[in-house]
Amino acid sequence: MKVSSSVFASFCLIFELLGLALFLRGFFPVPVKSSFSSKNKLSDLPAEPLAGNGPNSSKVPPPLFKRVVIVLIDALREDFVFGPNGKKYMPYTRHLVERGSTHSFVAKARPPTVTMPRIKALTTGSIPGFIDVVMNLNSPALHEDNLLWQAKTAGKRIVFYGDDTWVKLFPKHFMEYDGTTSFFVSDYTEVDNNVTRHLDSTLKRDDWDMLILHYLGLDHIGHISGPHSSLIGPKLLEMDDVLKKIHAALISKEAEGTLPNLLVRLGDQRSTPAGARPSPEINTPLVLISPAFKRKAGMEKPSVVEQVDLAPTLSLSLGLPISQNSVGRLIPAVFEETSLREQLRVLHLNGYQLSCLLRDSTLAYQKEEGYELFRVAEKSHGNWMKLYLEGNTSETLSNMGRKVLRQYIDALKAMSSALSRQLGKYDMYSMVVGTVLLVQMLLLLLLAMPEALSGAAVVDVPVGVALTSLPFYLLCLLCAALHVALCTSASASCYFCGLPWALVFAAIACSAALACALVTMAARRLAPPTKSPSKVSSPGWELSELDMLLLLGTVGHTLSLGASSFVEEEHQSWYFLLNTLCLAVFQDVCRKYFRERRRASQGGAGGDSDDEEQLLPSCKAAGPDTSPLADLGVSRGSEKWLALATPPLTLACCRLLRSLNQTGIQWAHLPDLSHWLNSGDHKVVLSLLSMASLALVFVLVQRRCSAVSKIALALGLLGVYSYRAAAGSVLFPWQHSSRAASKGTMEARFVYVFVLGILFTGAKDLLHSQLVSAEARLRGRGLWEVYSGVVLLIALLLRPHNLPTLACCLLVQSLMAQFIWKRLHYDAAQTTIMHYWFGQAFFYFQGNSNNIATVDISVGFVGLESYVEAPAIFLTALSSYAGPLLWACHLVCYLSSERDSRSSAALGHGCYCFALLRSVPAVFYVLLVTALRYHLFIWSVFSPKLLYEAMHTLVTALICIFFTFMDQSPSPSRA
Amino acid sequence: MWDTEIRGMASAHAIIASSVFMATILPAILLEKFSVYGMHLVWLYSVAGSVAVVNIAVFWLLGISPPTKRHTLSYKISRLVRSCLYFLLSCLFFHTVVVLYGAPLLESALETFSLAVLLSSMTTLRCLCMLGPNVQAWIRVFSRDGAMSVWDTSLQITTGCSVLGAWLGAFPIPLDWDRPWQVWPISCTLGTTVGFLTGLLLAPVWIHCHRKQLIYKSK
Ligand SMILES: [Zn+2]
Ligand SMILES: [Zn+2]
Repeated sequence: MKVSSSVFASFCLIFELLGLALFLRGFFPVPVKSSFSSKNKLSDLPAEPLAGNGPNSSKVPPPLFKRVVIVLIDALREDFVFGPNGKKYMPYTRHLVERGSTHSFVAKARPPTVTMPRIKALTTGSIPGFIDVVMNLNSPALHEDNLLWQAKTAGKRIVFYGDDTWVKLFPKHFMEYDGTTSFFVSDYTEVDNNVTRHLDSTLKRDDWDMLILHYLGLDHIGHISGPHSSLIGPKLLEMDDVLKKIHAALISKEAEGTLPNLLVRLGDQRSTPAGARPSPEINTPLVLISPAFKRKAGMEKPSVVEQVDLAPTLSLSLGLPISQNSVGRLIPAVFEETSLREQLRVLHLNGYQLSCLLRDSTLAYQKEEGYELFRVAEKSHGNWMKLYLEGNTSETLSNMGRKVLRQYIDALKAMSSALSRQLGKYDMYSMVVGTVLLVQMLLLLLLAMPEALSGAAVVDVPVGVALTSLPFYLLCLLCAALHVALCTSASASCYFCGLPWALVFAAIACSAALACALVTMAARRLAPPTKSPSKVSSPGWELSELDMLLLLGTVGHTLSLGASSFVEEEHQSWYFLLNTLCLAVFQDVCRKYFRERRRASQGGAGGDSDDEEQLLPSCKAAGPDTSPLADLGVSRGSEKWLALATPPLTLACCRLLRSLNQTGIQWAHLPDLSHWLNSGDHKVVLSLLSMASLALVFVLVQRRCSAVSKIALALGLLGVYSYRAAAGSVLFPWQHSSRAASKGTMEARFVYVFVLGILFTGAKDLLHSQLVSAEARLRGRGLWEVYSGVVLLIALLLRPHNLPTLACCLLVQSLMAQFIWKRLHYDAAQTTIMHYWFGQAFFYFQGNSNNIATVDISVGFVGLESYVEAPAIFLTALSSYAGPLLWACHLVCYLSSERDSRSSAALGHGCYCFALLRSVPAVFYVLLVTALRYHLFIWSVFSPKLLYEAMHTLVTALICIFFTFMDQSPSPSRA
Repeated sequence: MWDTEIRGMASAHAIIASSVFMATILPAILLEKFSVYGMHLVWLYSVAGSVAVVNIAVFWLLGISPPTKRHTLSYKISRLVRSCLYFLLSCLFFHTVVVLYGAPLLESALETFSLAVLLSSMTTLRCLCMLGPNVQAWIRVFSRDGAMSVWDTSLQITTGCSVLGAWLGAFPIPLDWDRPWQVWPISCTLGTTVGFLTGLLLAPVWIHCHRKQLIYKSK
């Protein structure tokens, strides 16, 4: 079956996407959940176990504490309190920890450590699954069973001050709240004063039961000036004072209350702990202070608990049911002072909740060690209760009770770890099937390379041969048998097994056919040398320095993905490669212009002349009819200097953009231009900069549009500016009245109309040229109009400080196209690789990184009144991948003009190279992630990158389909 | 003829290479608490200086430099001034390129410039010694098939290796190992030096192995 290169490439990419989807489904565990919406109720609580029959109490144990104050301090590390400098930084806390009636712990938190999942983990006690983070980027209200809901239902009044993520998560739970946005990282005083200023009045009042304070200032200091900043000391002292104030107020109330109060202070970590890299387990201090605890004699080494343990502990000590999906186990030290019966009772409640969760989330729960231990403990608890109720008070009873206690603790530990393990389990079968599909596609692409890059750009896929061969049927049978065997075996819970059988067998047949086709193609590749050895040696596949660089760069970048630091700092590799590429291009330009002069003076020498003569006629032939310089008004003499100036200019642009957005992990805290521009004091500069950028965009894009599109573009860009002005990020020069800040929805919709209009005009031109006239000029214009529509849309979506990125992108594109790619006769493959590299670099110039936290979700609201899922996702994806998308669009425009002038196969080659460039890292990365699935950084570093890779493959596949569509049209050579 | 020239070059290279080692060892003896990482700039300038001095001395003594046509003092002085100017320009050029590669613009500018000085003393200075301040000759040597003598080829190889070494030296910087040699610009200067030494070693070997294929136009 013969297909053109572009069709072949799109086909491969689509299959790769399917493989990738299957792999992702197997790779990301489904979170451990009993259910999403049901909640535990007091009435559902189990009765105290009792052997035999008798009146057993089914009431909840009485609350230990009357009031709770929770103080959360972002980015508070445990060594600030427990470390050697604790006395200096936080004297009062340290004193309490050493001498007061407190319990102190080191709480281990697990990634992903983004604010929202962190708060979820604290309140629900569940470990946030990775998918949770991705699915809930826009933090909607929390519907899962959680501590705050339970407290509110029990009639407790909650007051909250601090990070407004809480307010979004728990919209109706607080009696009183004041949210502070964590968006302005540069502010570290106001953000905390806003919390502290309510404190005095609130502490005096008696009308609340639970007070939650969330301080962000320390974290912001870490973001601005790094973990060793001199600002940290004063900030810690401030926090210490806050604690002292609260503690004093609570103690003064103590006398009146019947039950003691509890003060919880917890360090928490958000996205990036104070500039340092996220370690897989983050240690934060947890200090519980209450007169109910025994006074301590001196500093002890704090024991280690999980952060999720806090939720069940708080629930039980407040007399509330434990939230349903909690995987934490209570901290026994808190209940030390209560009677043995009560201790056993709370342990039983916690165990019962965990066993229910285990039963709901595991099929073979009865085989679990923890479950059995719990059953045993429950039974001996019953026996103990019987003796206890009989009035037995002997020594043996308390010994027996302590034994039951230990049994319970062991059971809790085993069940909790079984539940956590659930999160780390991979569906290997789906993963393997996905990987096999991916690898097959990559091999297919690689084997087809000589044909796909040949002059005809046609690939012969031997499907017919494969389908009629015997090995195909054998392979089908084998795989089907294997599938049946795997899926009918015990404890199989694969996603792939859950699919309908017909679909699975179709997939198996497809894969088997591909395998046979691959073997046939490989055999064909190996065969020819014996027949015609001359044909192999003759093609001019000699690699220039540039080719070497492009090849080694691609391979080197792919290999670098194996190191977690290189994944985190991937932008550095791209910037580095791009710089080197520009220098190599610069060398090529110099060689071209200076060698020509030398040639003129000396005459051709040796092997050079052939090469030159091949190039020169085509150069002359191409010169007049393309005439790219005419529309810029550049004379032939200055062309040389412009060509020489282009690479240095590109380098300068790249350096500028690089300092615009600081991304990655290690240097993310360094100040960058975007912070400076957005800081509020420099609004004028930002306005001027975005205005200049928009003007430059207009100048660069309008050249090849029709008159109507030009006007639409100009109005659209004006609309973009007024949208930003309405949203309040830039100044509007002729309007000083401070209107009520509208969201700019009208302006944004106005721009959308123009975008659609331009896209429509472009599509109309394209269709016309495709179906009716096959006129190259019309098609070029249509393509360019589609391109300018995309540019306008992206201009709308990018934040004002990122508009220079767009302008620079267009500038570099037009300069490179005019003076480098056309002049130096780079072939389609080389141009494609360069476009791909530029696209990657611009992806990071925009401020993206391989971390989920840098996705700008606010884009999803541009022009929309409220959150609507489909357009929001589309817009977010579009703006995140603006760089690669723009370069790919430019590639289509460039190659299709190239096709009209020089090589008819340019589009096919470009499409094929594009697909290959994407497949190589994607497939390599999938293999790598499979191999590293037990690596320490798998969740924090490698998984987000996997999602980015999958998304990028999706974008590339769409572009390749567009390529194919453009390639299908009747070319002038055939017409 | 061939062999003597290669042997001469190899010994010249050996002298230059040993000067690098001497420049590392001497400060370690003379200064207290000297370490390549801790007092990196001292080491850097000592290596750059010794390479410069030894290069100039070797090429002066061997007389590789192109014979000057006029022997007037003023001509010599103008050559000297131009050489210094070229050296400075090349330092600035390397500095610019390194900044374009992402070195911080303002902070640690001294370190960046020192790296540029080291690179210049290992590349530009050798060009100045061998070819004189003559841009046409430089372009000739560094264009494809432009080498006209063994020395030109060795110049190509050592220059290429030094630059490549500096380039490769930047790779470990993003790794999070927190080693002392990952501090800017230590890995790059080490890369440059190692590349330079490799070039010195490689040049005679490569020319020796390829002496059949090498046909120089002038000879
Ligand atoms: Zn922050
Ligand atoms: Zn943070």
